[in-house]
Amino acid sequence: MNHLPLIIKREYLTKVKNKSFIMMTFLSPLIFIALIAFVAYLSQLNNDKIRVVSILDESGLVKDVFKNSGNTSYNILEGMSVEDAKMLVLETKGYGLLHIDDITEGKLTSKDLTFYSEESPSLTLISNLESEIQSELTLQNRIREGIDVEKLKASRVNIEINQESFEGEKTSKVDSIVKLIFGGAAGYLLFMFIIIYGNMIMRSVIEEKTSRIIEVIISSVKPMQLMLGKIIGTSLAGITQFVIWIILGSVLMTVASLILGIDMAQMETPQQQVLEQAMENPEVNLQLQNMVAAFYNLPLTNLIIAFILFFIGGYLLYSSLYAAIGAAVDNETDTQQFMLPIIMPLVLAVYIGIFTVIEDPHGTVSTVFSFIPLTSPVVMLMRIPFGVPIWQQVLSLLILVASFMFTVWFAAKIYRVGILMYGKKPSYKELIKWIKY
Amino acid sequence: MNNLLEVNNVSKYFGDFKALNDVSITIPRGSIFGLLGPNGAGKTTLIRVVNQITMPDSGSVILDGEALSQKHVKDIGYLPEERGLYKSMKVGEQAIYLAQLKGLSKAEAKTRLKYWFERLEIGDWWNKKIQELSKGMAQKIQFVVTVLHEPKLLIFDEPFSGFDPINANLIKDEILRLRENGATVIFSTHRMESVEELCDDIALIHKSNKILEGKLLDIKRQYKINTYEVGIRPYNRALLEKELSEKFNVSKANFRTLEDELKLNIKLQQGEKPNDLLSYLTDKGEVSHFVELIPSVNDIFIQAVNNN
Repeated sequence: MNHLPLIIKREYLTKVKNKSFIMMTFLSPLIFIALIAFVAYLSQLNNDKIRVVSILDESGLVKDVFKNSGNTSYNILEGMSVEDAKMLVLETKGYGLLHIDDITEGKLTSKDLTFYSEESPSLTLISNLESEIQSELTLQNRIREGIDVEKLKASRVNIEINQESFEGEKTSKVDSIVKLIFGGAAGYLLFMFIIIYGNMIMRSVIEEKTSRIIEVIISSVKPMQLMLGKIIGTSLAGITQFVIWIILGSVLMTVASLILGIDMAQMETPQQQVLEQAMENPEVNLQLQNMVAAFYNLPLTNLIIAFILFFIGGYLLYSSLYAAIGAAVDNETDTQQFMLPIIMPLVLAVYIGIFTVIEDPHGTVSTVFSFIPLTSPVVMLMRIPFGVPIWQQVLSLLILVASFMFTVWFAAKIYRVGILMYGKKPSYKELIKWIKY
Repeated sequence: MNNLLEVNNVSKYFGDFKALNDVSITIPRGSIFGLLGPNGAGKTTLIRVVNQITMPDSGSVILDGEALSQKHVKDIGYLPEERGLYKSMKVGEQAIYLAQLKGLSKAEAKTRLKYWFERLEIGDWWNKKIQELSKGMAQKIQFVVTVLHEPKLLIFDEPFSGFDPINANLIKDEILRLRENGATVIFSTHRMESVEELCDDIALIHKSNKILEGKLLDIKRQYKINTYEVGIRPYNRALLEKELSEKFNVSKANFRTLEDELKLNIKLQQGEKPNDLLSYLTDKGEVSHFVELIPSVNDIFIQAVNNN
């Protein structure tokens, strides 16, 4: 008798009808959007406050370069001592005081510059001040040395190396960035999915143990069927939740930006300013076009197929481990010691993906880890946009499937014994013993 | 086929631990079979083998003339000792799901549930969640779920735990009725008085071995101790006491009487007849009480376990 569809249906329906699941599904996007709106609102608040920075330039070299911008206004002080200036800033509740020492001879150096403030100053402000002073002094130096500044500017050359594979496939730096975003998103999605829904499977196995229904169930169903039914049912519930999140998220985003639209447009963060400036720049505009082109350059068919296969393979591999853990313990607090060996390779995979795949997508480390079953789904998904030979993908997938089958066999063994064990927390040694039962 | 279930030479190891050692039992069709044994003796393992939850390392199980296989799941109804239901699922939904796992169709399950719910007066719980019910109510539902698919073989492990005396009686009557309708029942319990009351056959498992099996009455005959409980108002108390202790194996008995009487347990030797004892006693005084001591299941249990 094949009860798999029946079990999947029950698992799916109980998950989907569960109150906290429904709450999570509909509240999460709301909370997420509310959080974004809140942060946006807060940064706006912060930006509204004008910082008054006083400048006491005793050298007289740079006092004209500071121009009020955004939320910073400069107050140029003259003809007073440092101590007086400090007192003045303190009394007027100014943000801080930049003091530039008088220099009688030689050049203005770092030791002549000091910023006084009540609290440690904003990092952006300091680096803004530094770059202003730096470029002004550089300019002055060049003029003093008789260098034609206009000529210098005109002589600057921007180059970009074209990349082309031996097969004649053209790529560019922009391509790499797009690939990275794609691979990273795919890998990270899998990581999140495993953590959230793997845990859900584990909890549902523990629930069956603690409610003591398990023995009734497995007198009708093979434990393997029950385990697979749980994994598939929970995954379907997970996919449902994900789809709702995406739909609800985009709807809410649109609504939110329509309602708060004016506010958001007015919001001028420094990043936005940079972005806007960049948009006006024809070079960057070209880069944007490149990006769109790069997107179409991606091996999309390969990417989608590989994404589906590796996603399913990786998810099933991990979720059977989660099910085994759930079967081995009595309550959730006991799961800790078994969680580490699962989380470790997962985190490792994400770090390898982020650090080595970016640097060298086809290097030894990336390649090796894209074959090791526990890390391969994440690492391979991150590598594929950079073009991985089909034989490697197929081999990695075969290894993944083989180890999935091994893990399911292993998990089913632990599951079969574990679900009937009550009241004691097993050690790893006992788990190994269970396999022989 | 007179036997519904035959367990032949079943052994089961868990690592180095032998949970069942070459156990064979035969369960006659239509009987109520008591499976007894101290805690940890291997009863539950044996029941799990019959339910195909645990696979035996050696030996075979024959159900209704066929080797046990997955298709027999629908022929067995099992109420485990460690039992429960999905707490957050509604009673009706849950019962239908469990019945479907036993191979009933949804419609059929619904009809039968309606009948049983009415029978056990649990009609209006259909849409309640298990966690809203009392333990006794949940147990009733669990019982219904166990018998709903009308299996040939019913296995009850401590079926009365969690019931108040009224409901325990109700369940007992239902078990007897199911047997009348043709079911065979395996009954595992520590409550010896219910074994005494219900079981036709028993088997005793101790330290992974079967140490006793047969018709309850046969076993009782086998464990007969030839002892009679006697109450007598003697004409000469001191003399009778002296004579009896010389002739028989005598010990003090304890039962209620109206008058102050001499109360004794008298054990007869091989070949001695109870009638001879009685006629001897009638000469010595007024006999008010003369009963053969039948060993209780409890006595047999303790004796058999201690002898091993």
